[in-house]
Amino acid sequence: MGSVEQTFVLKVPSDTENLAMIREFVTGIGNRAGLPAPQVAQLELAVDEACANVIEHAYGPEVVKEVSVRATVDDMAIQIDVVDTGKGFDPASVSQSNLDQLVAERRSGGLGMKLINTLMDEVHYQVIPGEKNELRMIKRLKK
Amino acid sequence: MATSFSVERGTSGEFIILGLNGFLDAHTAPQFEKAIQQELEAGNVRLIADCGQLTYISSAGLGVFMSFIEDIRAAGGDLKICNLTPKVAQVFEILGFDSIFDMTPTVADAERSFANPVREV
Repeated sequence: MGSVEQTFVLKVPSDTENLAMIREFVTGIGNRAGLPAPQVAQLELAVDEACANVIEHAYGPEVVKEVSVRATVDDMAIQIDVVDTGKGFDPASVSQSNLDQLVAERRSGGLGMKLINTLMDEVHYQVIPGEKNELRMIKRLKK
Repeated sequence: MATSFSVERGTSGEFIILGLNGFLDAHTAPQFEKAIQQELEAGNVRLIADCGQLTYISSAGLGVFMSFIEDIRAAGGDLKICNLTPKVAQVFEILGFDSIFDMTPTVADAERSFANPVREV
């Protein structure tokens, strides 16, 4: 990240009904940073996917845990960190199945991380055992 | 602020039209899943998803399409997708859904496409 950095944070309970609020927050960040509309939509979807993964997989049925979305913006990029304290995952274990396989297996999941990786310029995942899991996604403003 | 989504059911001849409205995400996908499940249980397998009023979709929504299509086709039917807005169409295309599903500009095109051979996955 470069200079003149601004940080915005949204913390919500781990319930899928809060995904709409998260999307509105992220869309506001993208618009404020001057990102073109199609890329704002990409940012919105990537963060939705990340938070849905946390709510449905890291926390499971617990809807009162905290999902933290921290946006750091400067003139070069928007960095979004999605932080949870639930069950982490091994990115290497995420399904690499292609669409044909997922359809044949009648699966409804397995597409979220692929979308995130496609939509964002950089994706990093860090597990700090016993403390937190953090998915960092970066969208560059200048290419 | 919960996500707004609804499924409006209609018929056109032998076809069931499911009009999707609003935001289809991890919160609302179970509603869409239930709507398709009800059609299958009633033996209705010639389905058209009219996405003209669908303003947002995430992978949870795409997953509903993905998880039912084999069963629908095995029963001799199909699930056609039509009338996508550019924003929603982009998500389908990124994941390659256009290789699995017939996606048409209008409901009428979707109805006509039932005359075509069903795609093999």
